[in-house]
Amino acid sequence: MRTRDLSYWLFLAPVLIALTLVVVIPLFFGVYYSFTDWNGITSGEFVGFKNYLDLFHDADFLASLWFTVKFSVVSIILINIIGLGLALIVTSKIKSSKFLRTIFFMPNLIGGLILGFIWQFIFLKVFSGLGDLLGIEGLQGWLSTTQTGFWGLVILMSWQMSGYIMVIYIAYLEGLPAELIEAAEIDGANAFQRFRYIIFPLVAPAFTVSMFLTLSNSFKLYDQNLSLTGGGPFKSTQMVAMEIFQTAFGENKMAYAQAQAVIFFVIVAIISLTQVYFNKKREVEM
Amino acid sequence: MAKRKFFIVEIIGVILGLLWLSPFYLMLVNSLKTKREIFTDVIRLPESFNMDNYIEAFTQLEFIKTFFNSLLITVISVGIIIIFSSMAAYALSRNKGKASGILFFIFVAAMLIPFQSVMIPLVTLFGKFQMLNRAGLIFMYLGFGSSLSIFLYHGTLNGIPKSMDEAAKMDGCNKFQTFWYIIFPMLKPITVTVGILNTIWIWNDYLLPSLVINQEGMQTIPLRMFFFFGEYTKQWHLALAGLTIAIIPVIIGYFFAQRQIIKGISDGAVK
Repeated sequence: MRTRDLSYWLFLAPVLIALTLVVVIPLFFGVYYSFTDWNGITSGEFVGFKNYLDLFHDADFLASLWFTVKFSVVSIILINIIGLGLALIVTSKIKSSKFLRTIFFMPNLIGGLILGFIWQFIFLKVFSGLGDLLGIEGLQGWLSTTQTGFWGLVILMSWQMSGYIMVIYIAYLEGLPAELIEAAEIDGANAFQRFRYIIFPLVAPAFTVSMFLTLSNSFKLYDQNLSLTGGGPFKSTQMVAMEIFQTAFGENKMAYAQAQAVIFFVIVAIISLTQVYFNKKREVEM
Repeated sequence: MAKRKFFIVEIIGVILGLLWLSPFYLMLVNSLKTKREIFTDVIRLPESFNMDNYIEAFTQLEFIKTFFNSLLITVISVGIIIIFSSMAAYALSRNKGKASGILFFIFVAAMLIPFQSVMIPLVTLFGKFQMLNRAGLIFMYLGFGSSLSIFLYHGTLNGIPKSMDEAAKMDGCNKFQTFWYIIFPMLKPITVTVGILNTIWIWNDYLLPSLVINQEGMQTIPLRMFFFFGEYTKQWHLALAGLTIAIIPVIIGYFFAQRQIIKGISDGAVK
């Protein structure tokens, strides 16, 4: 009995120690810091809810939060539509299926930082080159306005993540019983009807997974934000993750940044849990 | 009729495939041009294939050293994540009790925590222990990587019958032997998934190394790339050559293991 207990804890010890030191303790310290005026050097005084109250009047923070929400909503919709579309294409009986899967997935293997730099070149140089060639004014000066910066981020993220979401949808699409679709076809259902009434309900669990992934990835976006727009012009494309980093290490307001981080955690937790709860519920009903 | 339909889908697919590849094409083509050529035309092929940009970027990136820095950190981190997460998942799946239930919940809940909410205290804490170095970084990867890995291993382990363990015990194996000789080899498919997911993430990670090992000579590829790009921001011919060099190892890896990678991603997401 005793040896069993000992081996149990020995097996668990390395990850428990790592998780405690890397996640649990910093999380508790973080919550504590957010109630102080700590600046990273001198030990801070307890200030109660001051940081949190200040956050509600902080235009930069609120703007970054709003930008993040807008970006996430647009990205989630686009990535899921494109991802499902790509999955439908490569699961149909076409010759280039395997090859196309490989290509669509490729961007996911390369880090967000590097992808952001590549797209910076495309938006700045290639877009303006094409603009000159085709005489389209709108292709000039991309990433120099809030609007183009927003769409730049959306395009980058959709190009990168659709292939990942495609892989998830493929896993579910390939599990669909072929007889069911054939039967519907014989009964005279057209392509749209087959998709709407048979395929779509059966891939709903894939939607839960992919929405969870796109949501958390867009909401926590940092690398792509840093390398594509750097938050500019004038912080107008700065998302929450980057705002926290800048407040902490750019302006040395550690406690204040930590209060932002706590709010960020609460929002991420609420959104993720609600999303999974509702999607699970919907699946059961079907 | 059906044939024509597939033909149209095929055409759409190929066009989209080319569209997906175009950013890489534009990067590659322009990385071979001179500064002046990029200025005048970004679309056309270069006038001559000139490797000067690559030689310059390769030297400036100190690529061999940077590459091995990335490789060292990734291989060790992924290795210890696999070893310790599988052991932990085994203990949790074979001892179903209150303690295991709570611990498993904590591991899963940790996946929800955004890095930014622990970032500042983490750096402060590890700074106090003089652990802002490679060992500290690898330890952090274990902490952040274990949650998903334990979750994946746990699911698979629940499907392996306990009679396997009992048979091994009858033959005189202790717990460690049972796990390493009997159970771990049976986990190979999920180990591949865990390995791939963690490799992609750790190899490409920028933020954590930037906070922990930002010293000259220890930089990983993303870290070095960030500074390199900053220096050559108006010199696209060099910047693009550098980006291409940084991507080449990943593309080579993908070429050899694409089936396992895509299968691993799909298994990891569906579980």
